[in-house]
Amino acid sequence: MNAVISQLPPLLIVIPLLGALAALLLGKWNRAFAYPISLAMIGFQFAVSLVLMESVMDGDVIHYYLGGWPPPLGIELVIDSFNSFVLVVILALALLTAVWAHKGADLDIVPEKKVSFFVVFQLLITGLCGMAVTGDLFNLYVFLEISSIAAYTLVAAGRNPRSLIAGFNYLILGSIAAGFIVIGIGYLYIATGTLNMGELAVMLPAHYGQTTVYAAFLFMMIGFSIKVAFFPLHLWLPDAYTEAPAAVTILIATATSKVTAYAMLRVIFSVFTLQYVTDSFPVTELILIIAAIAIIAGAVLAIAQDNLKRMLAYSSISQMGYIMFALGVANQAALAGGILHIMAHAVMKGCLFMVAGMIIYRTGFTAIRQLSGLSRRMPVACAAFAIAGASMIGVPPTIGFMSKYYLVLGAVEAGEYLAAAVLLAGSLLAAVYIWQVIEVMYFGDIHDEDLGGGLEAPASMMVPVIILAASCLLLGIFVELPLEVVGPAAAMLLGGG
Amino acid sequence: MIPGILPLLAITIPLAAAALILATGRHMNLRDSVTLGAAASMVIVVLAMLPEILAGGRIGITLIPLLPGGDLALRVDALGMIFGIVASVLWLLNSLYSIGYMRALNEHDQTRFYFCFAIAIAAAIGIAFSANLVTLYVFYEILTLITYPLVVHVGTPEAMQAGRKYLAYLLGGGICLLAATILTYTLTGTTEFIPGGFLAGAGAAALSLQVIFLLYLGGFVKAAWMPFHAWLPAAMVAPTPVSAFLHAVAVVTAGVFGVVRVAGWVYGVDLMADLNLGVLLAVIASFTIITASLFALAQDNLKRRLAYSTVAQLSYILLGVSMLSTAGLIGAVIHIPFHAFQKIALFFCAGAVIVGAGRENISDMKGIGRKMPVTAVMCAAAAAGICGLPPFCGLVSKVYLTIGAVQAGELALLGVIIVSAVLNVAYFFPIIHTMIIARPSDDRALDTVTEAPLIMLVPIILAVTASVAFFFFPATPFLDLAEIAISDMSGAGMP
Amino acid sequence: MENLLVFIATRYIYIMTIILVMIGLYALIAKKNLVKKVIGLNIFQTAIFLFYISFSDVDGGTAPIYLPDGVSATYVNPLPHVLILTAIVVGLAITAVALAIVVRIYEEYQVTDEDGLQEVMKRQ
Repeated sequence: MNAVISQLPPLLIVIPLLGALAALLLGKWNRAFAYPISLAMIGFQFAVSLVLMESVMDGDVIHYYLGGWPPPLGIELVIDSFNSFVLVVILALALLTAVWAHKGADLDIVPEKKVSFFVVFQLLITGLCGMAVTGDLFNLYVFLEISSIAAYTLVAAGRNPRSLIAGFNYLILGSIAAGFIVIGIGYLYIATGTLNMGELAVMLPAHYGQTTVYAAFLFMMIGFSIKVAFFPLHLWLPDAYTEAPAAVTILIATATSKVTAYAMLRVIFSVFTLQYVTDSFPVTELILIIAAIAIIAGAVLAIAQDNLKRMLAYSSISQMGYIMFALGVANQAALAGGILHIMAHAVMKGCLFMVAGMIIYRTGFTAIRQLSGLSRRMPVACAAFAIAGASMIGVPPTIGFMSKYYLVLGAVEAGEYLAAAVLLAGSLLAAVYIWQVIEVMYFGDIHDEDLGGGLEAPASMMVPVIILAASCLLLGIFVELPLEVVGPAAAMLLGGG
Repeated sequence: MIPGILPLLAITIPLAAAALILATGRHMNLRDSVTLGAAASMVIVVLAMLPEILAGGRIGITLIPLLPGGDLALRVDALGMIFGIVASVLWLLNSLYSIGYMRALNEHDQTRFYFCFAIAIAAAIGIAFSANLVTLYVFYEILTLITYPLVVHVGTPEAMQAGRKYLAYLLGGGICLLAATILTYTLTGTTEFIPGGFLAGAGAAALSLQVIFLLYLGGFVKAAWMPFHAWLPAAMVAPTPVSAFLHAVAVVTAGVFGVVRVAGWVYGVDLMADLNLGVLLAVIASFTIITASLFALAQDNLKRRLAYSTVAQLSYILLGVSMLSTAGLIGAVIHIPFHAFQKIALFFCAGAVIVGAGRENISDMKGIGRKMPVTAVMCAAAAAGICGLPPFCGLVSKVYLTIGAVQAGELALLGVIIVSAVLNVAYFFPIIHTMIIARPSDDRALDTVTEAPLIMLVPIILAVTASVAFFFFPATPFLDLAEIAISDMSGAGMP
Repeated sequence: MENLLVFIATRYIYIMTIILVMIGLYALIAKKNLVKKVIGLNIFQTAIFLFYISFSDVDGGTAPIYLPDGVSATYVNPLPHVLILTAIVVGLAITAVALAIVVRIYEEYQVTDEDGLQEVMKRQ
């Protein structure tokens, strides 16, 4: 292992933290400084994550002891194939969102607040990076709270006063969830005397069967289920996604939800291990059933919505069911599908929310029925929506199809035919809610003529959207590339690594 | 030259054409010449592969590894070649015709129309040349989605309603196909089409294989078998070239092609017989043939009557497959191209009447042949072909199907064919009678009627000429190809 | 009965913790006033802090301070204390953000309770 690379994990967190401080101070002096610094920091993180992923792709694992203190005293940072992949995905999305937000933030953020907006924006991303790289449970909680506090602030930061209420409710439920997680962590510490994930995985088998460990597992499961908005604990999500500033919706729908899902998978597979979960009580069955309900219920609720952002929010609840579905099936194909879906959903939902934001930016329309004939005014944006929507439905050869294929394959291999059927039915329902929009966009008549044509958004918003729409197709066609990382990552999780 | 380049080219040409059509959308003549040029070059590419296939060879290429159980791979064999020729040649005819039709009616959004058409053709060729179930599924879904804008082209509420029905049926079918593909893969570890099938060796329970076959049938809902046919008549709201495309060039053809593929290359004739799947298919097909023919009798709208006729005719192909005998299978396979050529001529005629006379209902067409002689005569000829009268190629496939029914010893199926022939005459003869023999209701009724433009008549004449030519020379190339395909898949041991 | 008394006598601190958690959750869910919700949140978090501190305690333990050579003592576990220091900071930040949002809500709507908010929403 290269000496420089082994020093990168802490830099991933520390340099952007200092950068955020610099952006704040320089931004007080001159507002123009804040955005470029934030953008540069996210770009830096993205570059680091690429280097890290490249160096762990052949199965290596990077361990970094903060301050040179080995666990259990010190905090350990770990980079392996799973979290390096998640890092690359969320940082790519974060970078594109930041580029998009250059113009997109004007929509909801008053100019005086833009400095603090981008600083908090960057803190959120840094918190997520911390969650992804840490190998210590309490540290995970701290980073979870850093990113969550940033997220509460950002959700409430919009011009629209309703965003305040959405942000407050998000804060209340998010804090309850965090409290549950930290209680669970406490129980694990009582049982084993360590907080390091690797050590916990080694020491816990001696304590399997203890009530303390059960309690820890249940508290953490419930806490994470709220954080990822796993049906029926999703109540904060629709309002938060709908009322938040457009750029924030994109970021929390892509990066935050994905890292939280990562953390949940990590805790279940790397701390408790699959064996514990399946042997102690029928929790995988239960998760599979709830995931199936989530897929259907989320999609049905999405169909009923008229507000575009709210429709996409409910769709996220349904899609989160897909990832939990992988957890419920828990074999190689399904987990690979689930991890692939983390990427797929980030890419396509990012694209869809960006288009929704662009529509508001140009026309102020939020309701689906207002989008009538929009494809004539915003042809590129609508085409991107159609492609990402096709991926959401799971039409081949998009990335959404690939992850769905693996999930169904995993379910069939596990003999869960009914679950596989539910998943396929879910994609039909996705077709209904996506098609409602596409039908109106492409085949509706233009109602208010005075808006005129040629409403395409500025290039800095368009480029990220085009990149994401193209990724939906290209990542699907060349699915071998992500699978090179996803396959080993799934195998590692199943092996309890 | 790299051997696999030709099938790849056959898919790339229409895709490239689609991009060019978007780019040249503002210049109508340039855009339409792109379509025509692409269609012509595609016919050349497809025909260039013909000698090799007729010699018993296969042309294959693996594009990219896609999923476990199926790379994105193309392989041209005799069966695929039949569909390939039908799709490419009829696309050329259809392009000529659409240019005349769309311009004559001054349709909106023509660029979108030609763009979707080109991609749909690429998907159809992809289905024809796919080497495994996964590739087939990928192109099958693309075909579903890209034809949707064509179906709802007019954009009226009625069209949107029909479009929703279209999507609901075909996407639902796609889900069944995906499920069947994944189940097949988990049973056997492969989805590669193998002549004679590969499921027999899987050692799976008969019941699960039967269930999977039902899923496949559900998947090939594009074949419009009853009672899952409703999307096809609903889709008649589309412009006539689209109807021609759905009924002859690609969509329903893809459905029946899929059934033949799965029967012969996934299950194999012996396994089909062991599982009693032939009986199942025969019941479905017979029911569809009779019921759809009766429905056709009741339609006054010409296009809707033709749609029900398609539903019935497609089930001839299923019927041929269900016989599981050599002649039956050959009859089924050659019925694909022969029906396509005749049905496209009929739809072209219906479109020509819309353009020349602005009429869609048969009862309004009294004596229209006096003003539109070419259209009326060609319509009569194509209808006669579908009824199975000489000298049209429809007779050839029907003869094979009849022999197949006798070979299989299923006299009931013979009965179905005969009853259906009577019904065919019953629903086609009134059309011919009204158009050519009947007198117009009053003297001024035909004042506004003119013959359709030449660019629309040429494809009609070409399609009818082809169906006459196939009667005299059925072997070139379809019968030969069908024989190669069937001997490929059956080997020995078939009655 | 005696067992129960022993149970309560030895574990009363955990029972207190559970009661506090319940009070906090009750306030978070049932109280209509947003400020009261924030107070509930604080009670909930404090209960968790208490939980950590109480399980780190060792009978007869003393503060973990370095003693001269030769002198030995039983220490309480210092790690949970350190963790809770961090958690207190986190809790403080959350309270600050929550109160800031409540203030902004009051500025926008002139109400701080849910019923009032719903009425304002309906009127809009």
